[in-house]
Amino acid sequence: MNLDSFLIMRHEILLLTITLLLLVGEIFISKSKKSSLVHLAIFLFGIHTAVGFLAIDESSIFGGSFQTNNLIHFFKNVLNIGVFILLLQSADWIEEKIVGENRGTEFFILLFSSLLGMYFMISAGDFLMFYIGLELSTLPVAALAAYETTKRKSSEAGIKLILSAALASGVSLFGISLLYATSGSIFFNDIIEVITSTNLTILGFILFFAGLSFKISLVPFHFWTADVYEGAPISVASYLSVISKGAAVFILMILMFTVFKPLIHIWENMVYVVALATMFIGNLFALRQQNMKRFLAFSSIAQAGFILLGLITGTQLGTATIVYFVMIYIFSNLAAFGVVQAISLKTGKENMDDYNGLYRTNPNLSLIMMLALFSLAGIPPVAGFFGKFFLFTAAASKGYYMLVFLAVVNVTISLYYYLLVIRAMFIRRSETPIPFFKNKLYMRLGLFITVIGILVLGLYSPLYDYIYELSSVFN
Amino acid sequence: MDILSLFVIVPVLTILILGFTKGLKQARIVSMVGSIIQLGMSINLIFAYFKERKINEEIMVFTKDYVWFEQFNIHYAIGVDGISVALLLLTSIVVLAGVFISWKTDDLPKEFFISLLVLSTGVYGFFISIDLFTMFVFYEIAVIPMYLLIGIWGSGPKEYSAMKLTLMLMGASAVLLVGVLGIYFNSNADGGALTFNILEIAQVNIPFEAQKLFFPLTFIGFAVLGALFPFHTWSPDGHASAPTAVSMLHAGVLMKLGGYGVFRVAMFLLPAGAMHWDWFFIILAATGVIYGAFGALKQTDLKYINAYSSVSHLGMVLFALLMLNKTAWNGALMQSLSHGFMTALFFALIGMIYGRTHTRDITKLGGLLKVIPFISAIYVIAGLASLGLPGFSGFVAEMNIFVGAFQNEGMFYRIATILSVSAIVVTAVYILRVVGIMLMGQVKNKEYLELQDATWYETTGILLLLIPIIGMGVAPLWLSDMLLESIQPFIQGVL
Repeated sequence: MNLDSFLIMRHEILLLTITLLLLVGEIFISKSKKSSLVHLAIFLFGIHTAVGFLAIDESSIFGGSFQTNNLIHFFKNVLNIGVFILLLQSADWIEEKIVGENRGTEFFILLFSSLLGMYFMISAGDFLMFYIGLELSTLPVAALAAYETTKRKSSEAGIKLILSAALASGVSLFGISLLYATSGSIFFNDIIEVITSTNLTILGFILFFAGLSFKISLVPFHFWTADVYEGAPISVASYLSVISKGAAVFILMILMFTVFKPLIHIWENMVYVVALATMFIGNLFALRQQNMKRFLAFSSIAQAGFILLGLITGTQLGTATIVYFVMIYIFSNLAAFGVVQAISLKTGKENMDDYNGLYRTNPNLSLIMMLALFSLAGIPPVAGFFGKFFLFTAAASKGYYMLVFLAVVNVTISLYYYLLVIRAMFIRRSETPIPFFKNKLYMRLGLFITVIGILVLGLYSPLYDYIYELSSVFN
Repeated sequence: MDILSLFVIVPVLTILILGFTKGLKQARIVSMVGSIIQLGMSINLIFAYFKERKINEEIMVFTKDYVWFEQFNIHYAIGVDGISVALLLLTSIVVLAGVFISWKTDDLPKEFFISLLVLSTGVYGFFISIDLFTMFVFYEIAVIPMYLLIGIWGSGPKEYSAMKLTLMLMGASAVLLVGVLGIYFNSNADGGALTFNILEIAQVNIPFEAQKLFFPLTFIGFAVLGALFPFHTWSPDGHASAPTAVSMLHAGVLMKLGGYGVFRVAMFLLPAGAMHWDWFFIILAATGVIYGAFGALKQTDLKYINAYSSVSHLGMVLFALLMLNKTAWNGALMQSLSHGFMTALFFALIGMIYGRTHTRDITKLGGLLKVIPFISAIYVIAGLASLGLPGFSGFVAEMNIFVGAFQNEGMFYRIATILSVSAIVVTAVYILRVVGIMLMGQVKNKEYLELQDATWYETTGILLLLIPIIGMGVAPLWLSDMLLESIQPFIQGVL
């Protein structure tokens, strides 16, 4: 163990340091000055995000338990940017609602711990590290979901999340144990060499897949999603839908494209069915939602279904398109959640009807929302279109034209409910519209970054080429 | 900067400047200036095209090619031939006329003009693209502003119509997407690299099985926008609810994307598929021609009458394209242009009549020729052009279509042609019926006696559209030569 091997874990160590610093700060800073910790946390995390972009070599430590390469590194940076935007968007809420109850710092500590877990999860080189990461990333979020202790719904969300997460991780663990039983190792590299399609292995794989499906909220493991999103504070719902889902998709992709690659003839059919079910159920349930958080919950279920179109390929093209799509999805969804957050904070309104006539009072927020929804729906020239188009291209490259066709049918269905929100904001009038308000600096900055992302990520093609280049490591 | 990219850049700049304007006056001036520049550019392009054509034998001229997404071999590739040049001119004229007709938009004027110009950007981009991906991007950009345009500034059941129109058109584009991907992944059939470039794909012999599979998807994807029966239902509702300028742009320009796309992509790239499926789509198109005409006969709302008439006329475009011969194709393209000007003019006039009388129900109108003679007279002229009177653009187009269609041997084609020709008679009936009820006779409402005739901006809009209609009718040869020359490489694919 020398300095170099520590530098490989740069992301992890830095984030851990920040978390500990905040903990110390929490103890020593007097009660009246607690809000300065919010600024400190955001500032430190900003530095952490920036430092993350320093280049890194491909290597592994702890006897192969922890591995990293450029793609993993890149994805950690994407997660960092996502969390940074999320922090900017939540800063006002924390300052106004949470710091007063003297629970401001814990929010950051829990959030950062969860993120740390995700780092370990996507860097895992064996199932043990993977499992530790999975647990570390999930448990703090359950506490976060129940953060608004005065609201019953928030507590309900926390309980629901922890129970389903516990079940999911149990199922996962059972799958892992079966895989260990058949292959005799928990290291990914060892398993690749001995994996065969025996019944026990397949059973192990399916249980493992089911466990991760909870986190990505794939149908039929999506039932917790809408309730938890609705009850949890918006920042946490936003975190669950973008960061948590993004990391889970990433590690699932890595494992399926490496460890379980020999089983592709089995899981491609499974993914096919799950993709269709997820898209259709997510979209059809989203049609009737009135609450914006539930609405975005079902929309994010449907989006996960689209991601599976890249997963089904098992190729470098699939990897690249998934990473690219997830990155765009993070920006788009954060923009949508950010607007919901801003409005909810100022007025407490979270229903679609409350948005009637929003454009005439708050044009900027409405335009950001429109861009975000267009990006989610996949309308050019915003980034979401490119993300979806490339996913479809990936699926078509393997000849899944029927699947692509059904997916584009789903795009049309999803367009309907995205347009409902746009209809409320732009077309409908209201007797009592949400009055004009100005956001604070953090929120504005947070929304601004997402808008830049939505506008630039698609049109700026070298980015995709860069991701494609990085994706070669897993094939 | 190359001459074609400006067609996208100028509207985008206009939109950006519009973002900083305040109030109706500034917004309309900026849009007017932008659209006039655009019109100037497209007239300039016609002359430049003729000059270039003398020395350049390529299918497309003024081509430019920039790599966009290297991995997928996606390029921003542009180029024009005679067909796109003509359609660009049509677009810029209709957009400018649309800006004049919307001179008095008082609700959210800035947003109105921005949406209008976003739509036109999409259309311009679509006509200059020779890369399937770029084309598809512009196609969707052109469609989506319709939702806001109809939803915010429309009338009647506007939310319903806007949603129906948007979903049907975006659904069509979704079908098209599968077709485009299918073409893309078969573009290496001859051993080359995968490509989205239309000219390169045209050189490839895409396997017959693939053509058979993807032709219907591509065809339907585009033809829905061209109001193919039975996917035309968005059109009457959409037109009826849309504000005047939007109806003009939509019927005049946007629906042309359908015919153009069918011609440029479906027919050109998948000729064997076209020959395999033509019987099926001829039945649909011919049904549309006849059904549209009879539909127009029964309506009493002026906009519905014109919307159904559009279904009928654009059905003829698709019908002629499916006949797969030079004369018919020439007719189809002429019909596209002619219908573009004509319908835009019709909708402009309907908007003026509606703005004055506040009704579009012809049974409540009467004797308008006495109170607003200029508008009414132009309405008669537009009607005559629409029913195909010699001397106007419609005659040239329909003549070509049916002469071409009748050249096809085989009982099936002949019968389809004869049935479609009968629609012309019905057209005459519904046009003259409107003229009779609405323009002639007694003034039915005393208040109408006070009505004012067209204002200066309305007159400008009308003249912009009327001049090309008469121009095409009186001197069709230069246009038809330009189109025929450009059709040549396309027809070789199917012969």
